[in-house]
Amino acid sequence: MIVEAPLIVEARGIHKHFGALHVLKGVDLLVAERELVFVIGPSGSGKSTLLRCLNRLEEPSAGSVMVDGIDMLDRRTDINRARQRIGMVFQSFNLYPHMTALGNVTLALRKVAQKPRDEAEALGLAALDRVGLRDRAGHTPGQLSGGQAQRVAIARAIALEPRVMLFDEPTSSLDPELVGSVLAVMRELRESGMTMVVVSHEMGFARAAADRVVFMDDGLIVEQGPPAAIFAAPQQARTQAFISQIQRH
Amino acid sequence: MLDTFFNIAIMRAAWPILLAGLGNTLLLSATVVPLGLLGGLVLALLARSRSRWVRWPLMAWVDFFRAFPPLVLLIFLYAGLPFAGIELGGFGCVAIAFFLNTGAYYGEILRAGIDSVPTGQSEAARSTGLTRGQTMAFVVLPQAVRNVLPDLMSNTLEVVKLTALGSVVAMPELLFQARQAQSLTYNPTPIVAAAIIYFALLWPLVRLLSRLENRALRTG
Ligand SMILES: Nc1ncnc2c1ncn2[C@@H]1O[C@H](COP(=O)(O)OP(=O)(O)O)[C@@H](O)[C@H]1O
Ligand SMILES: [Mg+2]
Repeated sequence: MIVEAPLIVEARGIHKHFGALHVLKGVDLLVAERELVFVIGPSGSGKSTLLRCLNRLEEPSAGSVMVDGIDMLDRRTDINRARQRIGMVFQSFNLYPHMTALGNVTLALRKVAQKPRDEAEALGLAALDRVGLRDRAGHTPGQLSGGQAQRVAIARAIALEPRVMLFDEPTSSLDPELVGSVLAVMRELRESGMTMVVVSHEMGFARAAADRVVFMDDGLIVEQGPPAAIFAAPQQARTQAFISQIQRH
Repeated sequence: MLDTFFNIAIMRAAWPILLAGLGNTLLLSATVVPLGLLGGLVLALLARSRSRWVRWPLMAWVDFFRAFPPLVLLIFLYAGLPFAGIELGGFGCVAIAFFLNTGAYYGEILRAGIDSVPTGQSEAARSTGLTRGQTMAFVVLPQAVRNVLPDLMSNTLEVVKLTALGSVVAMPELLFQARQAQSLTYNPTPIVAAAIIYFALLWPLVRLLSRLENRALRTG
């Protein structure tokens, strides 16, 4: 891979142990500015753990993580400031159920970015507009469909103007007919130049939008390359097995 | 019969005494409930500590004061501590005994409430840069309280009822005043009146609580 743009994410030699369980076994993940990296692999291979090491929701047992030039693992780093630059979207949305959609989006704008209320609300409404849900600003998560909820979660992350967005299976808990609306928002984000790391099973999205596909198995990156190459002609036996298995579905 | 248990003249005479008692019951409740909630919150937050040097003594503390009968605790503070030169007075004893007892209960309820909030909630909050404290205050606690609101209310109900124990340490709350009036008038009417006042005070809470519980049954 030829990296021309500056690197936004530089994770090197990442190991993660959960007690006796060795979940990440030396993973390097470099992501260039404006790149969309798509991560695939069997369940339990460590994809979520890798993403969560990037914003230090998990503490890597060894290795280094730089995001936008900030050493995420340095004790002197203000981790809460650093996390503002890293948006994260979860499989289960994790919207705050006791707040409206706008409240969800403005909480960190007000408490972390320290914006006054009116400015935070203007920014929040703009973010909701971007995901097509400005008219749902006053709804609570319980009043939203799964697709809408996930788009509010994306708005909550992008409102902070992150340098990179992490997606952990953003469409896996959605009914099939709602997946498209979330993928459309992700496409729009990608076209606007957002750097993205996406863990997902949406291979169509990967083919159409990913710059690079990374295949993980058993805590290691086994193979990576452009989507066409990985899907059509995987080199490693484990990648071949995984690709043929998901294509049978 | 009516003259014995529901003597209007005696009721009238006893009324000011009973009202003063009601005032003290309310004052005591208004002291003990917020104190207990605050103590419970501190216990619930400390219970999340990673250090077992914090968690174990805390568990022992909570267990001890939940197992210890509040009446015994109260009498110990009132009648035992003066031997060590510590005089707390009726109100002080009741406030401290109830704070210890009810704080432990509130603590357990709030801890269960905090545990009931999915970890994804704090992970989402932390991922946007909120600190641990902000995450607790703005995301976890509001949901925790909502999830255990019926338990918090029913504990509060118990606390208000328990304030009647103050009568054994001559704390002039409602029951104590009623017994004073009874012994002055040689008539049980003041006790009946006190019972009616307790009921009028607590029944709306009981109603509200059972509505909350029904709603919880329907939605959850
Ligand atoms: N907090 C945790 N404690 C213990 N084990 C964990 C924890 N999180 C993940 N694991 C384990 O780590 C392995 C990788 O999990 P994960 O990163 O979620 O995989 P994936 O996202 O690829 O399905 C799994 O075996 C999982 O059970
Ligand atoms: Mg996962």
